[in-house]
Amino acid sequence: MTEQTGRNERRLTIARAMAEAVAQEMRIDPRVFLMGEDIATLGGVFGNTRGLVEEFGPERVRDTPISETAFIGAAVGAAADGMRPVVELMFVDFFGVCMDAIYNLMAKNIYFSGGGIKVPMVLMTSTGGGYSDAGQHSQCLYATFAHLPGMKVVAPSNAYDAKGLMTAALRDDSPVVYMFHKGLQGMGWLGTEPGATVDVPETSYTLPFGQAAVVREGRDVTIVGLAMGVHNALKAADDLARRGVSAEVIDLRTLVPLDRDTIRRSVAKTGRLIVVDEDYHSFGVSGEIIASVVEHDLRGLKAPPQRVAYPDVPIPFSRPMEQFCLPNPAKIVQAFDRMAQA
Amino acid sequence: MAKKPAADKARQSYTSEEVLKYYRDMLLIRRFEEKAGQLYGMGLIGGFCHLYIGQEAVVVGLQAAFKQGDAVITSYRDHGHMLACGMDPRGVMAELTGRAGGYSKGKGGSMHMFSREKAFYGGHGIVGAQVPLGTGLAFAQKYNDTDGVTFCYFGDGSANQGQVYESFNMAELWKLPVIYVIENNQYAMGTAVARASAVTEFHRRGESFGIPGKPVDGMNVLAVRDAGLEAAEWCRSGKGPIILELKTYRYRGHSMSDPAKYRSKDEVNKMKAEHDPIDQVKNLLINEKLVSEDQLKEVDREVKAIVQDSADFAQTSPEPDPSELWTDILVEA
Ligand SMILES: Cc1ncc(C[n+]2csc(CCOP(=O)(O)OP(=O)(O)O)c2C)c(N)n1
Ligand SMILES: [Mg+2]
Repeated sequence: MTEQTGRNERRLTIARAMAEAVAQEMRIDPRVFLMGEDIATLGGVFGNTRGLVEEFGPERVRDTPISETAFIGAAVGAAADGMRPVVELMFVDFFGVCMDAIYNLMAKNIYFSGGGIKVPMVLMTSTGGGYSDAGQHSQCLYATFAHLPGMKVVAPSNAYDAKGLMTAALRDDSPVVYMFHKGLQGMGWLGTEPGATVDVPETSYTLPFGQAAVVREGRDVTIVGLAMGVHNALKAADDLARRGVSAEVIDLRTLVPLDRDTIRRSVAKTGRLIVVDEDYHSFGVSGEIIASVVEHDLRGLKAPPQRVAYPDVPIPFSRPMEQFCLPNPAKIVQAFDRMAQA
Repeated sequence: MAKKPAADKARQSYTSEEVLKYYRDMLLIRRFEEKAGQLYGMGLIGGFCHLYIGQEAVVVGLQAAFKQGDAVITSYRDHGHMLACGMDPRGVMAELTGRAGGYSKGKGGSMHMFSREKAFYGGHGIVGAQVPLGTGLAFAQKYNDTDGVTFCYFGDGSANQGQVYESFNMAELWKLPVIYVIENNQYAMGTAVARASAVTEFHRRGESFGIPGKPVDGMNVLAVRDAGLEAAEWCRSGKGPIILELKTYRYRGHSMSDPAKYRSKDEVNKMKAEHDPIDQVKNLLINEKLVSEDQLKEVDREVKAIVQDSADFAQTSPEPDPSELWTDILVEA
C-alpha cells in the first residue's frame, strides 16, 4: 500500500505502461489503431504492444510488411480522415527510409492546410544503445526530430511518465513522436535500468507536454537530461552528494515543446549547468539547452556550462569502444569537477 | 516450401571434386555459424547476430557462377556470404567479437563488414538498403565495360521495401548486369511471408518491369548452381537484370534474441530432416560413391580446424584502442 493513495503499488516497465495507455484509449476511442512490424502477434520487439492484438484483434492491431514509407505515409493519410493512428518505427535509425512521410507530410499537413487538417497520430520509435549493436541500431537522434517544426517530441525516463505522456499523445490532434529508450524498456535481453520501472496507477491519466520535472532538488549544480540521461544524472547526483555537492536533476520529458522556464529557474538558483544527452554532441539537444539558458541571462552562471553527450562519431560495435562513448555518471561528475575548477 | 522442380534435376551434371567442394564450403559456413552461436552464448559476441544455418546452399551454389570482376552484396545475415567469397574466417569471427583484427576493426560487428579484395560490398543493417547499392555496383560494372555481374542478395521481407522496385526499374531501363537474389526463407523476423506479401511468388516481382525471374530450390546446391550459371550468362550477355527466388529456410531464430514462437518445432525439424542442404550433398557423395568415407572425414577435420582457429583468433585479437574511434569517419587525406 502506498501512503497517499491507499492502493496497491503496481510497478510496471515502460513497455507495459505504454501498452496499457494504448489499450485504455482503444477501449474508449474506436478511431485509434496500430500499425508496425511484428507489433501484433509478437507484441513488439520491445514489448510495448504486448497483449493488444489479443484484446483488439488484427483489424486494429496490424502487422505490416517492412514498408515504412508506405505504412507511415498511410497513417498520415488516415489521420487526415479523422483516424488516430499509432505507428511504430522499430528503431529510430530506420527513419532514413521513411523520413519524407514524417517530416514533409506528418509534420507539415496541418500548416499547409491552414489548420484545416489535423494529424492526430503517434509515431513510436526506439532509441539508444549500450548493447553492442553498432551505428544503425543504437542512435538516439532526438535532435533530428526536435529540430524539425511541426511535430511534438517526447522521451520518457520512467513508466509513470511513459503512460501519462502516451495517453496525452493519443489525445493530441498534432503528430507526436514518442521516443522510448531500449535500455529502459524492461526487456531482459537488452539489460535494463531498474529506475525506469516504477509505480503506475491503473486508471488512465495524462501528463502535460512541455513540463519538465525536477526529479531531485539541489543547490549547487543543475543536471538536465532526458530518458536514459536522467538515470545517469541521478546516479551522478548520488555520487556528488557523498562529496557534499547538492545537485538538482531535471527530466525534460518532452523536447517539443521544451520547458525552458524550469531549466532557467533551476540554473538561476544553482549557477551551474550540465546537460546529459546520449545523442550526438554537436548541433543537438545539449547545445539547445545551454543556448536557452545563456541567451536568456548570463549573469547567474558561476562557470561555463558543460555537456556530457555522445562524441560526433558513428556508434561503434565494439563493446569497450561503445561504452567509452556513452554518457555515464562518472563523466557527469568529471564535468562538475571541470566547472568547480573554473 | 522447397520443392524440387523436375526440370532442374534432369540437367544436373557434376564432377566429384565440385560436389566435394560444395560440401566443404557449406560445412564451413555451418560450423562457423554454430561456433558463432556458442561464442554468443558465452557472451563473447554482443548485439544482434543473424545466423545463416539452413541457407548454406544458396550462397555456395551461386558462388559457382562467380567470376573475377563480379561483386556480392547482402544484408546483415552475411557471415555465409563472406566465407563463400573467400574472406578470412579469422577476420570475420574477430569482427563478431569486436576485436581489432576484425574486418572492420571492431567498428562494424556482425552486420557490417566489407572486403573490396574479395568483391564483398557489405553487410547492411537497413532492410533493403543493399538493393540500390547492388544496382549501383552493376552500374559501375557496365559503365566500365567489364564483364562483371553483381549478386545482390535480399530477403523475402526486404522484398516489400519501395527502394527495391525503384532499383528494379532503373536496372531494367539501363540493362544493368545484376542478379537480384531473393532468399525466401519463409520468414521476416516473426512474420511468415503470406502475412506480409500479397503475392508470395517473389520471382514474379519483376514482371511489371520486364525483368525475368525464376524460382529455385534453394536447399539443393546443384539446382542453385545451375540457376546461377544461367542467370550470370543472361547478365553477361547484356540482357539486363534477372531475379532468382531461392526457396530456403533458416533453422535458427531471426537473431540470437528471437523467442521463435511464430513457427512450430515440427516445421523446423521436418525441414532439417527432409531438405537439409548439407545432408543432401553428403548423401549424393556417399550414395554415388563419389568420395571415400575418409575423404569426407578429412573435410570435416579441416573445417573444424579452420573454425577453431578463427574462434581462437577472435578471442585473442586485442580489443580496439579507443583512439580508433576518431579514425575512418572520413577518408583521411
Ligand atoms: C528499414 C528497416 N526496417 C526494419 C528493420 C528490422 N528488421 C531487421 S531484419 C528484418 C526482417 C527481414 O526479413 P528478410 O528480408 O526476410 O530477411 P531474413 O532476416 O529472413 O534473412 C526486420 C524487419 C530494419 N533492419 N530495417
Ligand atoms: Mg526472410
